Amino acid sequence: MLNYTLYINGKKRVVTADADTPLLWILRDELNLIGTKFGCGIAECGACTVHIDGVATRSCQMKVSFLDDVKITTIEGLSEDGKHPVQEAWKEIDVPQCGYCQAGQIMTASAFLAENKNPSKEEIREAMHGNICRCASYNRIEKAVKVAAEKMS
Amino acid sequence: MESQNKYNFSRRNFLKTSVLASGGMLIGFNLLTACKPEAVMPVDIKSLNFNDFNAFIKISDEGYVTLFSPNPEIGQGVKTSMPMIIAEELDVAWSKVNVVQATLDTKNFQRQLAGGSQSISFGWDALRQTGATAKQMLVNAAAIKWNVDASTCKASKGIITNANGDQLGYGDVVKEAALLEVPENVKLKEAKDFTIIGQEIVNVDIDKIITGKPLFGLDYKAADMLYATVLRPPAFGQVLDSFDATEAKKVKGVIDVITIGGKVRDYINSGKNDWTFVMSETDKVVVVAKNTWAAIKGKKALSATWKQDSKLESTEDHDTILTKILEGNKFDVRREDGNIKKAFINADKVIEKTYHSPFLPHNCMEPMNFYANVSSEKVHLVGPVQTPEYAAKVVADMLNVDLDRVSVEMTRMGGGFGRRLYGDFVYEAAEISSAIKKPVKLISTREDDMTMGVYRPAIKYRIKAAIKDGKITGYHLKEAAINGNMYGLIPNFFPAGCIPNFKVETSNYKSNITTGAWRAPYTNFLAFAEQSFFDELALELNIDALQLRLDLLQNVKNTTDKRIEYSGKRMEDTIKLVKEKGNWGKVEKGVFQGFSAYYSHNTHVAEIAEIVLKEGFPIVKKVTVAVDCGVVINPTGARNQVEGGVIDGIGHAMYADFSFNKGKPKYKNFNTYRLIRMQETPKVAVHFVENNLSPTGLGEPGLPPAGGAVANAINIALGKRIYSQPFINEL
Repeated sequence: MLNYTLYINGKKRVVTADADTPLLWILRDELNLIGTKFGCGIAECGACTVHIDGVATRSCQMKVSFLDDVKITTIEGLSEDGKHPVQEAWKEIDVPQCGYCQAGQIMTASAFLAENKNPSKEEIREAMHGNICRCASYNRIEKAVKVAAEKMS
Repeated sequence: MESQNKYNFSRRNFLKTSVLASGGMLIGFNLLTACKPEAVMPVDIKSLNFNDFNAFIKISDEGYVTLFSPNPEIGQGVKTSMPMIIAEELDVAWSKVNVVQATLDTKNFQRQLAGGSQSISFGWDALRQTGATAKQMLVNAAAIKWNVDASTCKASKGIITNANGDQLGYGDVVKEAALLEVPENVKLKEAKDFTIIGQEIVNVDIDKIITGKPLFGLDYKAADMLYATVLRPPAFGQVLDSFDATEAKKVKGVIDVITIGGKVRDYINSGKNDWTFVMSETDKVVVVAKNTWAAIKGKKALSATWKQDSKLESTEDHDTILTKILEGNKFDVRREDGNIKKAFINADKVIEKTYHSPFLPHNCMEPMNFYANVSSEKVHLVGPVQTPEYAAKVVADMLNVDLDRVSVEMTRMGGGFGRRLYGDFVYEAAEISSAIKKPVKLISTREDDMTMGVYRPAIKYRIKAAIKDGKITGYHLKEAAINGNMYGLIPNFFPAGCIPNFKVETSNYKSNITTGAWRAPYTNFLAFAEQSFFDELALELNIDALQLRLDLLQNVKNTTDKRIEYSGKRMEDTIKLVKEKGNWGKVEKGVFQGFSAYYSHNTHVAEIAEIVLKEGFPIVKKVTVAVDCGVVINPTGARNQVEGGVIDGIGHAMYADFSFNKGKPKYKNFNTYRLIRMQETPKVAVHFVENNLSPTGLGEPGLPPAGGAVANAINIALGKRIYSQPFINEL
């Protein structure tokens, strides 16, 4: 076990963990940041998506020892009180059904919109294709990303 | 408004009111007894206190209202829609309502579950009466204060007004109201006066979902809680032979490696119930650890040997067995009208087709998990299960403790789809906690979740129709299924009653692969088979496919057959609505339409799928849906349910495959098991038939017709009939 210094949601956090521990379980078990979800453990579903230096990243495949000197943002740190335009759009469109995958969807969408301010429908569908929603709220996700883009411009 | 008269609301359902020490009023009502007509009050009302109630209204002095939602939330929206119904009749502003998930009370209540799309249908009358009764008590209290007749007072949005125009808020009179007699026969609102029902109300948990607050089972934590993973046999038919935990115990954070299985085995052998089919008799190896990752790593480090206990079955075996069943004559007749033998002898033409579906895992996004804390005094269970009452009972029996000492807290569920009807993971968690005498969270990896059992069973249908003088005169459907058969109502769904000579019969093969309900059990595939078959019959008869259904429905519209489950008239109206909204038969070149309609879970649904071809491969672009679910409580939630059901239906019909090789599941995770994703998702336009009939459920009915509509469109586009799922293997 080693100590790792992580920068998460603007705060410095020191955790003790095995080098191969995925960031996902550091967040959930050690730091009680449970908004990041476990879905598949093999980076196929997107439920565990966080931002690492602004890039949407699957935290289930990101080992804690690889996170030197990077800024990590989780759903809890995306905004104060859920006011990020993507979160507001999600609420406006009432996207979720069960809601389990939605933090990962929001993290993927917010990283995507930070890079592409005016996405086409096809670009949105491509960007969100990696995130599974078992309730199939896909059409509302697409719509909410569009609404968020308008809010951000 | 039509009332289904499912129960008789009276004082006995409205148990008690009291003044809260903190101010405000608490109104307890026995909702779940109210929902079940045959239920009797289990105990002396006077002996109950509020801890005994699982559903109630709390009104603060300031007029804020807390509504306790009784049924588990799996994404079907009842945590929003059920309280909406109470709030409507209570007549409060929705902005002043706070919804809280009630916990389970196994002692006094029944049907506190999510399943069969029944929560709204069963709760409708009871929830309305509850709100209206509370409102009347508040009005009565104000009338007493004013010294006027209560009939001269009106209440709206939490404000009571008398004939002089004086006003009191609910919060001003709650203390007095709590002490009043409970009125009977209160008046319910007319549908035209609804102000909350029919409004677009956002999911009550939305803020927590979008900010990542703890809601789900996997998010639950308790002091000193440990984490456990379970190593189960890799194949159905195997049991544990031996294991070596040396390496697992070297993993940092692993506390212990134990085996479980004895208590579940004893429970199965006790014969206490016949629902043990999802339980396994094998011993299992459990890794107990300080955190999830150590538990996962510890499990990977285990080595175990397994021995064969029963047959190791493969998909090829099932295929042969089910075909053999269809060709045999050992069936249970589920419905029979007229004389099919004669109809087939006299037929001008007989058409017979066979349809096949694979096993399917549920793949809830939140893998199966549960918290258990078993101590000598009590058993505390927390987590996502669709049947908390049943799980509590099994755990009590299994651990041989009094049911009174078992408590269950329901968390929001990351999907259910039927999987969480079965509490196998709850029993495992309880057995682990009982063994280690510590609170523990059972965790499943995705691989565990997909391979640990309880699948939609593989099924084959053989359907035969007799055609005489351009009419369908005979219909004979045979079902050969793994483990179970269609439930009792299904043989009375469409086309029962439409065809004079009619027979549905079923048979099954008992497998050691565990199976269970999967979103819209049986009809999820039966609808595809039948609706594909009718499409084929329409072409044979040279009748428009949609018109053929309308013609058939004329035969059932005035039926006196009480067994018929669906309404010919409502199905006709639903089909006509989709015909208009979906521009049936009026599409541009290169777009191909397919039609399908199905009644299930009390709801009538009709769908038109539109596909285009991309390099010869069919792409579903749009689905138009018409739904008759009676009164639409929350249009946003209702549309979401139907849309999700349609896309789920298409996704599984197109891509979902699952098979076994010598008892081992072929797929374990989403890298090989394909679920529908964003770029494959069609647009879905949902239209509701407008009426004031009692509302019915929407969690399932949108799904069954979807596969058939797509398959029928593919046939138009490619001239290729699809008889097996997944379609992608046929294209």
